[in-house]
Formats: sequence, C-alpha cells, structure tokens
Amino acid sequence: MFDSLAEKLQATLADVRGRGTLTEDDVNAAMREIRLALLEADVNFKVVKRFTNAVKERALGSDVIGQLNPGQQVVKIVNDELSALMGGESEELKFSSSPPTVILMAGLQGSGKTTATAKLARYLREQHRSSVAVAACDVYRPAAVDQLVTVGGQAGADVYERGTDADPVAIAKWALDRASREGKDVLIIDTAGRLHVDENLMTELAEIKRATSPTDILLVVDAMTGQDAVNVAEQFAEVVQFDGVVMSKLDGDARGGAALSVKSVTGKPILFASTGEKLDQFERFHPDRMAQRILGMGDVLTLIEKA
Amino acid sequence: RKTREALTSEISSTLFENLDEETWEKLEEALIAADVGARTTAEIVEQLEQEADRGELTGGEQLTARLTELLANVARVGDSRIDLTAGPTVLLMVGVNGTGKTTSVGKIAWHLRKELDQKVVLGAADTFRAAAVEQLEEWSRRAGVDFVKGPPDSDPGSVAYEAVAQGVRDRADVVMVDTAGRLHTQDNLMAELAKVRRVIAKQIPDAPHEILITVDATTGQNGLRQAKLFAEAVDVTGIVLTKLDGTAKGGIALAIARELGIPVKLIGIGEQLEDLRPFDPDDFAKALLS
Ligand SMILES: Nc1nc2c(ncn2[C@@H]2O[C@H](COP(=O)(O)OP(=O)(O)OP(=O)(O)O)[C@@H](O)[C@H]2O)c(=O)[nH]1
Ligand SMILES: Nc1nc2c(ncn2[C@@H]2O[C@H](COP(=O)(O)OP(=O)(O)OP(=O)(O)O)[C@@H](O)[C@H]2O)c(=O)[nH]1
Ligand SMILES: [Mg+2]
Ligand SMILES: [Mg+2]
Repeated sequence: MFDSLAEKLQATLADVRGRGTLTEDDVNAAMREIRLALLEADVNFKVVKRFTNAVKERALGSDVIGQLNPGQQVVKIVNDELSALMGGESEELKFSSSPPTVILMAGLQGSGKTTATAKLARYLREQHRSSVAVAACDVYRPAAVDQLVTVGGQAGADVYERGTDADPVAIAKWALDRASREGKDVLIIDTAGRLHVDENLMTELAEIKRATSPTDILLVVDAMTGQDAVNVAEQFAEVVQFDGVVMSKLDGDARGGAALSVKSVTGKPILFASTGEKLDQFERFHPDRMAQRILGMGDVLTLIEKA
Repeated sequence: RKTREALTSEISSTLFENLDEETWEKLEEALIAADVGARTTAEIVEQLEQEADRGELTGGEQLTARLTELLANVARVGDSRIDLTAGPTVLLMVGVNGTGKTTSVGKIAWHLRKELDQKVVLGAADTFRAAAVEQLEEWSRRAGVDFVKGPPDSDPGSVAYEAVAQGVRDRADVVMVDTAGRLHTQDNLMAELAKVRRVIAKQIPDAPHEILITVDATTGQNGLRQAKLFAEAVDVTGIVLTKLDGTAKGGIALAIARELGIPVKLIGIGEQLEDLRPFDPDDFAKALLS
C-alpha cells in the first residue's frame, strides 16, 4: 500500500522511466490518482476537475529526460500548481489608519468563531501590542456570551457585552462607539453561527457590517468541512464580501481540502490557522504547507531530492 | 427560518433521463458532491452499471428508483431505535468539537419529557470548554429536566458518576451525559472518554446503554476517521447527524454505515428544541441527490 500521492504516482509511472516522454495514457493514469487523492482530501469536485485539467496540460507538454523520473516530474507539477492555487506568501490582516480596526468574525455554527475571536485578540495583543476589545453579538446560542466573557478575558481583551436581550446590530454599533471612546486599537466582533442559506441571519450579518464598516471580515471555516465548503464560502462572499479566512481545527488529521476549495472559488486568502482549543494555538497560515498536507505529500521534497 | 425543505424535496425524475456515459458521470458527481466519498461512490455506481448491463435497468426513472433503494439499503444498518427499557437508561454523547453534542442532548431531553413523559437527568461532563456547563444548564431549563454539574474544574468522570447516581436515586427514566468535544486524534482525551464510560459502567453494569456520536452533516471524508476512532474508544451505538438544515447532505453517514456498520439514529435540523427527527433511510436517500 502506498500512503502518499507522491508514492502512488511513482508507482503508477514506474515503467515510463527511460522512455523519454509521458504519453497521454501515462498522464491519464496519473490524473486518476491525483483526482482520488484530492477528493479524499475533500477538495470540491469542480475544483478538482479544473485542477487536474491544468496539471494534465503541463504534464503532457513536459519531457522527462531531466533529472527527475516521470513520477517525480508529475509530483513536482502537482505540487507547483497546488502551491500556486493556494497562494504563495502568507497574507496579513489590514489595519485601519483611524483606529479602532474593526474585525468581524463570521461562519457556520460551531466552526470556531468564538475561540478564534479570543485567539486573535491574544495574538494582536502579543504580536502587535494592540489594546483589544471583543464584542458579544451572539444573543441566540445558550451561554455564548458567557463563553466569550471567559475566553476573551483569558486573552486579556475587554469584553463588551449587553446580555441577550439587545439586538446584535445595536450591540455591534454600541461596541464600536465604546471602543472608539476607550481608545482601543482593535475591536473584534463575535457573531452567532449561521447557515449561509438562512436569509434572516445573513441579512443581520450584512447589517452588522453596514453599522460597523469592518476593516477585515473573516470567515471561520472548519478544516473538516466537505464538499459544501464552496457553497458556504460563495454565499458568505456574496452577502458580506469577506476579506480572509481562518481555518480552524487544523490540529486534527483532516487533509483540509476545504482550504483549497474556498481559496479557489472566492480568491480570498487564508490568513490564520487555528490548531487547538488553547488560546495560543493560533498562527499565520502557510499556503505551501497546506498544499503538501492536502496531498499527503510531506515527503515530496525528499523524494525529489533523492532523484 | 428555513428548516426542512432539504429533507422533503424529492429527486426530480429528470435527474437521469436515460442511461449513457454521461448519466454515470452525473450520478458519480452527485454522490461525490453529497460527501459520500470516492470509494463508496465507485461501488454504488459500479453496481448500478452492472445492473444496467444485465438489462435490469432501462431508463432514467428506473435508475433513480433503484438508486434511492440502494442508498437507503446502505444507510439501513443495525438497529436505529434507542432502547429505553433499562431503568435508568444511560446515554453518553460524544463527538468532535462543535458538532452539536450539547444541543442534541437538549433536544433529546425535551423530546423524552414532552412526547414520552420521561423523567430525565442531564450530566454536564464537559468540564473543559468555557461556559459549556452554563450552556447545558440552559438547555435543561428549556427542556424542563433535571441537571447535575460538578464544582468548577471537576473531573468529567466524577460528574458522570454523580449524574448516574442521581438518576438512580430519583428513579429517573433516562440519564444523559454530555461530554467535551475532542478530536479523535487526541489519545489522552480519547482515553479520558473511555474512563468516563467505565465510571458509568461501575454503577450500572450495562450502562451506558447508548453511546451516540454527533456527526456534523457538513463534514467531509474525515467523518469516517472520527466514527472509527470514537467507536474504537467507546463502542459507539449510533449517530446523530446534525445540521441537516443547511445545504450539506451528510453523505459521509453512508460511508460510515457501509464501512463501520454504525446506524444513524437521529437527525438535527435546526437550533431549536423541536429540531430533532428520527432517521429515515428512504428520506435520507432521496434528499442525498436532490
Ligand atoms: N481541536 C480544536 N478545537 C477547536 C479549534 N477551534 C475551536 N475549537 C473547538 O470547537 C468548538 C466550537 O468552537 P467555538 O469557538 O465555540 O465555535 P463557534 O463558531 O463560536 O460556535 P457557535 O457560536 O456555536 O456557532 C469548541 O469546542 C472549541 O473549543 C481548533 O482549532 N482546534
Ligand atoms: N443549523 C443547525 N445548527 C445546529 C444543529 N445542532 C447544533 N447546532 C449549532 O451548532 C453549534 C454547536 O453546537 P453545540 O451543541 O454547542 O456543539 P458541541 O458538539 O456541544 O460543541 P463543543 O461542546 O464545543 O464540542 C451551536 O451554535 C448550535 O446551535 C443543527 O441541527 N442545525
Ligand atoms: Mg460562538
Ligand atoms: Mg458541547
């Protein structure tokens, strides 16, 4: 059994060695393996189709006389194309020239928004020496406010909350006024989880946006999400034009194809990786590492180096 | 709020007009898009192709009917009922983070009390996540059932023990224990879960009678790993497939049923008390491709 796609491709293309060029049959066989690996990693099937077409075109055009054997050659093309799709450099948050910088957190139920809100507050306090307040705009889920009070407090942020009787849009507006008055550098707004097809709650989110003109809107996406990730991302992009993504729960063993799907359909960069339940388990996202994770190709470079 | 459309809509009979190369491709894509997974999908498509080759399927309508039947059969594994004959019946809720454990416990409690007039005790054994105890406490209030929590930072096992003890003392019909979300890859936390289970079994030998794992319908192929490792740790008896009110179809449940034989028992279709339903393989199969 071959575990990684890299090994599978080596095996699939083993007998091509020395023949000089990859035939269409060779490439098709390789594409089947790539397609399966990507689907297994939960990359959206439409994205997979586009991707394998791009790889196929490059693989067919390339000759295999160089240093790399055919398997390695295709592995390299896959890796290059995937890295290009994921985006090369890790990107940064925007900061407002007239503070507070307002960051609005959005996403499906249970994706990790409240946790990410506290983690981001801690991160900005430590990395940017910012003074941070967080606003509790989830008035629906039982004890959501208590949760933010606890984790926001642990992160060293001021927690702005008005219980669960007020309207989330009003709370957001109030929190922004208060953050300005209190001279905060950053205000992070935690919102209730919502389905992308829930018209009322999506409208509410758009209203929170209108009321607070966020500097950054972040969509929190669970790394374990399957094929539906693109529907979710497209809908949130349409309603609030988010600026970037936080991938959560990357500490598990999910390949995280959702990252590629979301990036591919919205073009929005993934800014942060959330990698645990503790507040310091949060880091900037590295597209190149993600590309290798999706394909289970941590060993690509070693394989190629061995050539 | 949108809730149940996803479950009631039927496959349009025009999904497959006839049987040709394109049909099989469309079918494959539909199953993949529903998170059924490449492997399970390949097997289903292959079986149907063979039936078509043998002349058993002629035309799109027959294909659609046979497909739904096949999918429903795959989903129909094990016993999908929850046996409440033990006194008290102990139910342990497990699963990865944010999948809907606490909410599902609340919904089930409400259903048991309201529809079946059962006396229910909830145990707040998620002693880790911020405000998890308060969240369950609010659900117990909404559902009108009893609630047991430990002092701050208590051990989950001791809370589970207390909840079962109170259930026995008060002659409750059902005790439900909520646990903290954990990734199946966290060995220490999986061991902790196994310990919670042992602690419960010490009081009532056959308990927990039911161990349900929540699987979020939006979960992709990782769901299979989740179910497998949770089942290895605590003998999962069934699945609560949550968040089926969105656009995700929960096809991973099909792969889990096929590969691990764990049945879906309940589905979650919203965030309110009443948004819980028994699992119906036929409806599920129809909704998968709609
Ligand atoms: N392992 C792991 N767990 C995480 C991570 N981020 C969040 N969680 C857990 O996931 C669960 C849900 O996280 P929340 O932050 O409450 O998610 P949310 O999006 O605010 O949820 P709702 O407000 O209910 O929509 C909690 O158990 C968190 O501890 C992560 O990166 N890794
Ligand atoms: N739309 C929808 N949301 C749901 C459903 N079930 C739960 N949720 C929401 O999903 C989020 C997470 O639910 P919880 O019950 O807190 O999940 P959990 O598994 O207990 O989470 P942790 O304890 O943090 O691991 C909450 O916002 C719930 O309201 C459902 O069937 N449909
Ligand atoms: Mg939250
Ligand atoms: Mg919970």
